[in-house]
Amino acid sequence: MALPGFLQRERIVARPGFNRWLIPPAALAVHLCIGQAYATSVYKASLVTHFDTTLTAIGIIFSIAIVMLGLSAALFGTWVDKNGPRAAMFTSAVFWVTGFLVGGLGIETRQLWLVYLGYGVIGGIGLGIGYISPVSTLIKWFPDRPGLATGMAIMGFGGGALIAAPLSRQLMSYYDPTYVPSDSSSVPNGDAVAALFFTLAALYAVFMMFGAFIVRVPASDWRPAGFDPASVKKKALVTTENVSANNAIKTPQFWLLWTVLFCNVTAGIGILEQASPMIQDFFRTGETSTVAAATGAGFVGLLSLFNMGGRFAWSTTSDFIGRKPIYMVYLGVGIVLYVVLALFGSTATWIFVLTAAIIISFYGGGFATVPAYLRDLFGTYQVGAIHGRLLTAWAAAGVAGPLIVNGVLDTQGTPGQLVAANYRPALFIMVGLLAVGFVANLLIKPVAEKYWEPKAVTPATARADAERSSVR
Amino acid sequence: MSHTSSDHHGQRSTTPVAFIAFAWTLVGVPLAYGLYNTVKAAGALFGG
Repeated sequence: MALPGFLQRERIVARPGFNRWLIPPAALAVHLCIGQAYATSVYKASLVTHFDTTLTAIGIIFSIAIVMLGLSAALFGTWVDKNGPRAAMFTSAVFWVTGFLVGGLGIETRQLWLVYLGYGVIGGIGLGIGYISPVSTLIKWFPDRPGLATGMAIMGFGGGALIAAPLSRQLMSYYDPTYVPSDSSSVPNGDAVAALFFTLAALYAVFMMFGAFIVRVPASDWRPAGFDPASVKKKALVTTENVSANNAIKTPQFWLLWTVLFCNVTAGIGILEQASPMIQDFFRTGETSTVAAATGAGFVGLLSLFNMGGRFAWSTTSDFIGRKPIYMVYLGVGIVLYVVLALFGSTATWIFVLTAAIIISFYGGGFATVPAYLRDLFGTYQVGAIHGRLLTAWAAAGVAGPLIVNGVLDTQGTPGQLVAANYRPALFIMVGLLAVGFVANLLIKPVAEKYWEPKAVTPATARADAERSSVR
Repeated sequence: MSHTSSDHHGQRSTTPVAFIAFAWTLVGVPLAYGLYNTVKAAGALFGG
């Protein structure tokens, strides 16, 4: 199906003199909205009461959304690369907003399946397309600093939850005056959650469309002032060739990087999933913990900050020290930190908090650095599509991480009575996973010549060649 | 209308500075709101 003219890639090629610093806010406008996916816990309890169901049944909404994120990023990545960021951001906005509207209707009419379909399936497609939509564009605008550029956008995904959580509480207290956000036992009614969904739909529509309409792609001969393309060639592992998405998945490099991302994300989710009860359990003596529930919530907030900050700081650092070395830090130092957490985490609160916070910063850094790593290995030609396919590692880790932690803890005792020692088996499994990821990263070598795209065979590759020549 | 410094083959930027500032403000203000609330919540960890 042909796209309307205003969405076509040809219509958004930047004119001479366009300032590339308009692209990061365009990307952030999308990522800050879709990052709401990590703030669903604020209305979970309300939906359990409203639908008179279990926490698991409500948790499925989020699980469907994340699975759809992985699937849609993998399936639509090539379409996103072909049609450009405006079409992708516009489509993402339509799906994400429709997801909220259908989900809100489901809450209003007490039809849980509509929430699954709306927020889970439709919204999840918007999540996947939105997540990858600005990545290849940013890499093309910032060939000199791809880590900084993708770090800024993917930081927005972490930041989206920081905005949506307090905003949702404030809005729900407005729609349901009996709800007191500061009281952890207070739960808003279902109508307030439905109204929240409709309000977020309107806000996100405006923000995401703003991003879609200011985004531009660079002209084929564009390159930043002062950028020496020869400097790209000098770095180990950084290719000046291009590999298609279909060929990329045939290379060992893709699957080694898939393993790296899977291990890094699984290990991070192990802590994120259990953060609040974990800190209380680590400092429990008998029935009581020296860490209060409110402090546990503060710990979750601190981890969110490090998750977001790590995305920007570590990804930017990778521009200077290289992608492979930074993953050696994420995984190698991560192993040491997990061992410290397992053996000494319960000796002092500061040791526990500091090690967990750095681990989570590596978790965020792993997400933000991976698009630049893909660019280094496979070139810019279909980096968005390759990134989309790699995100299946995230979906798999989203299932594996909680399964490992919850599975181990189930064998150790009952929630509310667990202590630090009960977490050790799960933490040492994470150490093993990080070691696997570390070895996988070590094995990554430049992609073999047989996978490179031939020069100027099709209009698409001709265009890619032109783009490639501008970053050499 | 003021303009930013160049980055297209040494040409001066034609993108208005005010528009760039507006775009960054539009995403920066909500992010600052989120950061403020999160730091406030994290304060409980340090007895705040």
